[in-house]
Amino acid sequence: MSALPSNRTSFLSGPEEIAAQIPDGALLALPPDYSLVAMEVVRALIRRKARSLRLLGVPILGLSADLLIGAGCVEEVETSAVSLGEAGLAPRFTEAVEKNLIKVKDATCPAIHSALQATEKGVPFMPLGGVLGSDLLKSRNDWREVENPLDEKSRILLVPALQPDVALFHARWADEAGNVWVGRRRELATTAHASKRTYVTFEEKRAGDMLEDELLAPGVISSIYVTGIAQADRGAWPLGVAGLYGIDDTHVSRYAKAAQTREGFRAYMDEWVLTPRKSFSPA
Amino acid sequence: MGPYAKEELLACVVARLLGGARHAAIGASSPIPATAAFLHQCNDAAFRVTLQQRRAANPLTEGSRELFDLAGQGRLDVFFLGGAQIDGEASINLVTADGRRFPGSFGSAYLYPIVPRVILFREEHSRRTLVPKVDFVSARGTPAALVTGKALFSWQRDRRRFRLESFHPGSSAQDVRANTGFDYDASSSLAVTREPAEEELKILRNKVARQIAPDYPDFARRVWG
Repeated sequence: MSALPSNRTSFLSGPEEIAAQIPDGALLALPPDYSLVAMEVVRALIRRKARSLRLLGVPILGLSADLLIGAGCVEEVETSAVSLGEAGLAPRFTEAVEKNLIKVKDATCPAIHSALQATEKGVPFMPLGGVLGSDLLKSRNDWREVENPLDEKSRILLVPALQPDVALFHARWADEAGNVWVGRRRELATTAHASKRTYVTFEEKRAGDMLEDELLAPGVISSIYVTGIAQADRGAWPLGVAGLYGIDDTHVSRYAKAAQTREGFRAYMDEWVLTPRKSFSPA
Repeated sequence: MGPYAKEELLACVVARLLGGARHAAIGASSPIPATAAFLHQCNDAAFRVTLQQRRAANPLTEGSRELFDLAGQGRLDVFFLGGAQIDGEASINLVTADGRRFPGSFGSAYLYPIVPRVILFREEHSRRTLVPKVDFVSARGTPAALVTGKALFSWQRDRRRFRLESFHPGSSAQDVRANTGFDYDASSSLAVTREPAEEELKILRNKVARQIAPDYPDFARRVWG
């Protein structure tokens, strides 16, 4: 594991500048569709023709991954699932795996959380209950089933620390000090703590320093973990930001239908991704 | 079938399996188990229901990590799991079958062995979904029951085999046998599944429908308009 930096947050011009700083081949940690996805940067990554990304679902993935996979930006995915929720299977992920176009490292949700927590604590691995007896272990040579060192009668799984190159998510607020506010989505803090670099888009900039506000501080991720931030209006759309705007279920269903075929996916790309202005939903 | 939706019947069947439980959590894409849990809560106000992906007022303040941690501590006693395939050993497969790819194992590999009351739920009851042996074991454990669109099975811990307890209205013992790919025992008191009571339907269509709609809008529209 490499040592992690203490940042002075950079204030970037927008989603395109964040996308430009995420290198091809990066191990990129992304949240699930219900937890503050930086969709505007995902679209910017597709526009800049990012290649060979290795996605890490913390702990599952949805629309963001399906778009990146369909657009040819992804070489490998480590995740516990990829799904569009009520809208069904993620069609571009499904086809890419069935045609062997991408590699999947199948995991189970708490293994990913634990692997990030190991990095967060600076230790080489974390023990995890359950999981033994699952075929997941057969394809995960990096996971180890061992005798419990404190009780030789039982066995336990060890998952190695996982250090993403880049964590990427959206936030409701950022402030002048470079802190970001994610409210109750505090699992995003673990991802930021464990990643070499963290980029965050935000809806609104607040004056001052949120850490000076006793009520806001518990939902804040400190600037020490934040590499760069950029403003993006409705930056999670068509996904949501709790308390501000909900998931655009109609749009996600429309995507799920369109992406059933490559042609439909390409038409969706042309309309909603490759033309930057169209990618903003009507408020 | 009576004057009720199939989803309402299945929710009633699942709700009857929740007696004495303190806390059920509902994972991804599980509107019928969620409906069942809220229905049961109407009869047991102390019963806690955690929708992991609840969009507003989510009770988890550390995301899904907190759900798995509280399961590890023993604070969760009911969870629902499904599968692209479920076999006669009660193993589930959420990853791959016949060259087809499914979403993935989610938290099942961890939760199945550690949550005391796991209820397997799969609406499609066919030889495609209920197989002799799964192609990939996402998770194995000891379930409390298996509920499908045709039947209710209990799990016999000592024999490690399912036992058919009831078949739903519109199905039959022969229909269940013909559409199940694994072998199972049949209860000596095998009967048709009890239909939803009028009172249950009233609760489902009012209070429960309002609780479900914000997180499962398509499902709520389909079932309750």
